[in-house]
Amino acid sequence: MSNQDSNTDIPCEQQTVKFYQTGTFTVGNRLLDEGCRTVQATAERANSLDSGHRACQGCGQALGARYALDAAMRATDNKIIAANATGCLEVFTTPYPETAWSIPWVHSLFGNVAAVASGIAASLKAKGDTTTRVIAQGGDGGTTDIGFGCLSGMFDRNDDVLYICYDNGGYMNTGVQRSSATPPAARTATTMPVGDNPGSSFTTGKFLPAIAMAHEIPYVATASVHDLHDLERKVEKAMTFRGARYIQINVPCPLGWGSQPALTIKLSRMGVECGLVPLFEAENGKLTDSTKIRYRIPVEDYLKLQRRFAHVLKPQNTHQLDAIRQIAEDNIKRYNLV
Amino acid sequence: MTVQHKPFAITLDVGSSHLNKTGSWRSMRPVYVDRLPPCNKTCPSGEDIQGWLSLAEEENYEAAWRLLTRDNPFPAIMGRVCYHPCEGACNRGQLDLPVGINSVERFIGEQGLIHNWQFEAGEDTGKKVMIIGAGPAGLSAAYHLRRFGHAVTVFEAAEKPGGMLRYGIPKYRLPREKLNAEIYRIEDMGVEVKLNHKIEDIEATKKSGGFDAVLICVGAQKSNMIEFEGDAGIPILDALKVLRDTELEQPNQLIGRVVVYGGGNSAMDVARTAIRLGAQDVKVISREDPDNMTAHKFEIQETIEEGAEVVNLRTIKSVNGHEITLEIMKISEQHHSGHLRVVGTGNYETIEADVLVLAIGQNVDPALFSKTPDIELDSHVIKVDAIMQTTQEGVFAAGDAAPSQRSVTSALGHGKKAARAINAWLDGKVYQPAPQNEIASFDKMEPWYYSDAPRTVQPHLDAVRRRNGFAEVVGDLDIEHAKYEARRCMSCGNCFECDNCYGICPDNAIRKLGQGKGYEFKYDYCKGCGMCDAECPCGAINMIPEDI
Amino acid sequence: MLQQISGSIAVAEAVALCRPEVVPCYPITPQTHIVEHISTLVKSGQLKNCTYENVESEFASMSLCIGASAAGSRTYTATASQGLLFMMEAVYNASGLSLPIVMTLGNRAIGAPINIWNDHSDAMSVRDAGWIQLFVESNQQALDVHIQAFKLAEALSLPVMVNMDGFILTHAITRVDMPTQEQVDQFLPPFVPRQKLDTEAPLSIGAMVGPDAFTEVRYLAHHKQKEALSIIEQQAEEFQGIFGRDSGGLIKSYYAEDAEIVFVAMGSVIGTMQELVEELREEGHSVGILSIRSFRPFPANAIDKALANTRHAIIFEKSFAVGMGGVLASEIHMATVANDLKISSVIGGLGGRTITKKSLRKIIESAMQDELDTEVFLDLEGTTVVRELRRQQEEQNSGPVAENILRDMGVVSASKTH
Ligand SMILES: Cc1cc2nc3c(=O)[nH]c(=O)nc-3n(C[C@H](O)[C@H](O)[C@H](O)COP(=O)(O)OP(=O)(O)OC[C@H]3O[C@@H](n4cnc5c(N)ncnc54)[C@H](O)[C@@H]3O)c2cc1C
Ligand SMILES: Cc1ncc(C[n+]2csc(CCOP(=O)(O)OP(=O)(O)O)c2C)c(N)n1
Ligand code: SF4
Ligand code: SF4
Ligand code: SF4
Ligand code: SF4
Ligand SMILES: [Mg+2]
Repeated sequence: MSNQDSNTDIPCEQQTVKFYQTGTFTVGNRLLDEGCRTVQATAERANSLDSGHRACQGCGQALGARYALDAAMRATDNKIIAANATGCLEVFTTPYPETAWSIPWVHSLFGNVAAVASGIAASLKAKGDTTTRVIAQGGDGGTTDIGFGCLSGMFDRNDDVLYICYDNGGYMNTGVQRSSATPPAARTATTMPVGDNPGSSFTTGKFLPAIAMAHEIPYVATASVHDLHDLERKVEKAMTFRGARYIQINVPCPLGWGSQPALTIKLSRMGVECGLVPLFEAENGKLTDSTKIRYRIPVEDYLKLQRRFAHVLKPQNTHQLDAIRQIAEDNIKRYNLV
Repeated sequence: MTVQHKPFAITLDVGSSHLNKTGSWRSMRPVYVDRLPPCNKTCPSGEDIQGWLSLAEEENYEAAWRLLTRDNPFPAIMGRVCYHPCEGACNRGQLDLPVGINSVERFIGEQGLIHNWQFEAGEDTGKKVMIIGAGPAGLSAAYHLRRFGHAVTVFEAAEKPGGMLRYGIPKYRLPREKLNAEIYRIEDMGVEVKLNHKIEDIEATKKSGGFDAVLICVGAQKSNMIEFEGDAGIPILDALKVLRDTELEQPNQLIGRVVVYGGGNSAMDVARTAIRLGAQDVKVISREDPDNMTAHKFEIQETIEEGAEVVNLRTIKSVNGHEITLEIMKISEQHHSGHLRVVGTGNYETIEADVLVLAIGQNVDPALFSKTPDIELDSHVIKVDAIMQTTQEGVFAAGDAAPSQRSVTSALGHGKKAARAINAWLDGKVYQPAPQNEIASFDKMEPWYYSDAPRTVQPHLDAVRRRNGFAEVVGDLDIEHAKYEARRCMSCGNCFECDNCYGICPDNAIRKLGQGKGYEFKYDYCKGCGMCDAECPCGAINMIPEDI
Repeated sequence: MLQQISGSIAVAEAVALCRPEVVPCYPITPQTHIVEHISTLVKSGQLKNCTYENVESEFASMSLCIGASAAGSRTYTATASQGLLFMMEAVYNASGLSLPIVMTLGNRAIGAPINIWNDHSDAMSVRDAGWIQLFVESNQQALDVHIQAFKLAEALSLPVMVNMDGFILTHAITRVDMPTQEQVDQFLPPFVPRQKLDTEAPLSIGAMVGPDAFTEVRYLAHHKQKEALSIIEQQAEEFQGIFGRDSGGLIKSYYAEDAEIVFVAMGSVIGTMQELVEELREEGHSVGILSIRSFRPFPANAIDKALANTRHAIIFEKSFAVGMGGVLASEIHMATVANDLKISSVIGGLGGRTITKKSLRKIIESAMQDELDTEVFLDLEGTTVVRELRRQQEEQNSGPVAENILRDMGVVSASKTH
């Protein structure tokens, strides 16, 4: 008879009749139990980030921000205040006289968003407000580089803030320069594909989720915009903790990556499925879970859709391709991805 | 004191970005489309498979039944005997295995029988149509013509309606109560079926009955026979007659060692019938190699399971007494360049037999047309045009009697098409089939979203128990499995309300209209990035250029 | 209640009476005692409903203030010198966002060379940052002005920086009259934010503004500071009504209106000057002092009026714009440009060098003889400078002779006074 029981990869357990048509990988579905649908599937979602913003076509960050904040809004009964670092997300949402945010939102500087959020949390604490929750958000540059001190301080104090980093692998707002989260070999305006080791260097870079784990904060997770159920679950889970939490969301950037706007979700998915973007969770510094790769793909399938890696696929740079493959292998082992 | 207002320009009120109509950035515009799923396209009866599977997924079985029977009045029958070419075309086959369309169809057919759902005839038009032959083609046409409101009389030579469904396909594949029930339902629409009424003169019957149009659905009832060298010392039978006699419970002639000659489904049916009737030893002799037999794989397999031997690459040379001489054949090396695929080797072997049954094809009996010279035949079948009209005005032909795939489903499809053509013709018009939508090919889909869901397998009767009688071999899906199987459908080319587009638009440029109502684009804000199109799992969105 | 305490403790106590809700801090001499004391007040429960945060940098402390203030809390911090520079970006941001944060600046020199002692270089480094900058002469004023600062900040929705001289005030133990909680509550109403991050009434704070509106934004900020001029005056009056003391305000004149020669200065040096002026007046000289208590907004009209009868204004400053000279001097020059007023700029007390009554007396005496140059560096060690300049000249073998430079700079005459 049928192998229904082999369908353990369907995340929504409460669904009485298991849903086979598309599992729960789509945003919603008319046949899913209400409770198993994503926030984004509902007509009542907050649309924390609304139409009229000026992000590029197919911007993964615009999407990631709405996903994350709407999930947090649902988890807190719409009690969210957000602080934003300078960067694309800030610039494309709030050019005077228009704001695309529908939640209370503040932008101060590039490097201080964690501290601004800590200040908001301190204010709520002083007022005895335990229902309103604070989210800090910024790009990878604002997080891993210039804002790192404030972020680490926020972790250290265990301030009640969820920090969300939208990782698009570079300083996109200033025209695609290298950040410490830029992947090895990637072309940016400051790591051009010239010389023996074209593109960004292999030896450096900061993987902030691991650094966050080293602070032993209550919750750390990575997510990617292609798997909304996973992303929302992590945001909602993060809201069940008090103290400092960190979620890093992989957000493809068509402009910076040299990819088709239509492929944003696909690239997000491929990054995960090739092993370069590990999705996992950690509590108090310990890895607790990882999202398995569904169908593993070769890294080059992922790289070839991005002009920033065009040089890696040239015959003279196979050493780079091999090194990238090795990174994927290492991730798969380190984070138990298969 | 200063005025107590918020800081100018730095602090903004929510909702203000709606003033910025980003739709002006767009050079491509997404539109919702319905593409034609390959299953629907391939189904000879023209069923909206995706449509009824979608209703079945929702457990709305009556609606599913009604949608299915809009095109095909025999779901319980077809759920058993159809060769389901739809499954061969099913996109899901490129992911894991095709959706078990046929098994769900059967389940829905059963629901129809259990709940006794009935058809409605159309409003009376006053027109009368005469149909010759109550096989699947004739009955399908009768059904569709009744829905149009025409009066229908079916003339049938046999003692019972059904054609090959009854006299060809054995009971263990199609229990007669299912067959009868679905035929009665058509009769209950007011179709008059005149049994034991063989038509000899089409024109005369038409005139005497006052019919406005004629449809010929006489099938291919005449078995092909060959003369062998030798004395033909054992009975040499015709497959159709054997099966017909079995149905009519005539004395059994399949005794002792039975050899069936032929590699098609009829050969398998005869062999399996012989086993059930107690033959000692059953061999099927096929000219082809196993991969190229015309019988379906599953039928060959079931035949072997039941104890018959299938001997490939052999032709019968002669029959002398009980000895049958076989020539050993081989696949020609030059068959690619137009030569025969299978050629003789000049080597021979012999086998012993008590009965030989020929199952080497059927043809239309040309006798019927001796009085209607205007109706032309071509390669042993009736010549028809694109709308199933014969060379004689107002006379149409469908099913095995016309050029066809010789299957029940194509007979049903023919019947439907002929009914539509006749309906138009009666109205003085020429039937124009509706233009087909673009195909929902696999490359237009994003299969990542479909979770792994292995195909369900219908329950089968044990081979030992099959040998002892005519009980049905293949069982029904239970309700859970039917739902499971329906939900494996990927809804190719047709929105199934997965909310993906609504969820993934970075510009929040899609409005959800509510369950069952679909979605609409907010073109004021859509930047035309194409993500909704790329991520629609089933390919129900298309990007078209804006005229700029 | 009279208390014998240090300036830092006095300020910490006064701030606590203002019921701040969020106080993020980072240590730097000479303001540390203030934040240490507030920390103890919070931890001991004396200061209630207040979140005290030990942060990782001054940049963070001001950033926390920004967040907390935007969330509607009364917010305070303190810093000095390098700390102010480290938080600089946030300092500008706080005023740009119109957030009523109060900060104490324990004025200190800026390195390199690193120097922990008092001068006004730190305060002057943010003179264009859009903050209200108040200076205090004494610890009593420091205490009083902090109470006024909260009210002022909140009335205007602007950040206020209270400048008190490092060590000279922060570390000096003096007698102060500490007001009661009731008095402070009577003067300072609870904070009602002009804009607030509120889930019930969402707003976006901190938009990006392009050329289309940036000039207007800046003009309005300027306009608001000008409005502050009258509010500062009003509040000082109101304060006097409740507390019975004259503290705060825009300027304070000591005989300036009828003096021929007037010292103009900010901060604790006023105290030294007051002693000197009393002596000189007893000796029959027409001298006075004008204390600038509000540096930003700059009370140009009030200064102009106060110096209407003055012949020679000696602008004394504890910092200067290198390559230009006294900042306050040039601002006063602008303010009094219509007057027939002689202005001399005296730079002194840099990096904590003691300003003696004796040196100031020499300055005023040379002014009386009309010998005071337009730019003077008080107590400059001329011989050291000359020696160093010679050495440099020998090495480089270029440029004019050292004396010439010194004469050009007007320091030779001052060094002669040694
Ligand atoms: C043994 C066998 C097994 C098969 N199994 C399958 C199967 O599993 N699945 C499948 O899809 N297809 C199967 N087929 C093929 C399928 O049965 C036919 O393609 C289909 O029945 C054709 O339908 P039809 O209506 O055109 O003709 P038929 O089914 O042949 O019906 C023709 C009818 O016309 C009547 N008739 C003929 N001449 C006259 C006349 N002059 N006057 C009055 N009545 C007349 C006949 O009695 C008969 O009832 C099988 C065929 C055979 C022979
Ligand atoms: C102190 C400071 N340094 C530099 C900048 C210029 N700057 C603004 S946004 C930005 C890049 C932002 O990169 P990231 O944080 O990754 O966000 P993204 O734009 O990629 O989303 C830079 C360098 C700035 N605004 N402030
Ligand atoms: S540059 Fe990249 S991150 Fe920035 S708006 Fe464009 S797509 Fe988004
Ligand atoms: S998946 Fe469904 S719609 Fe697609 S071809 Fe198969 S049965 Fe038809
Ligand atoms: S993405 Fe889903 S909801 Fe949107 S059109 Fe396709 S099937 Fe329908
Ligand atoms: S995803 Fe949104 S913006 Fe992109 S094409 Fe579709 S509707 Fe338009
Ligand atoms: Mg970035």
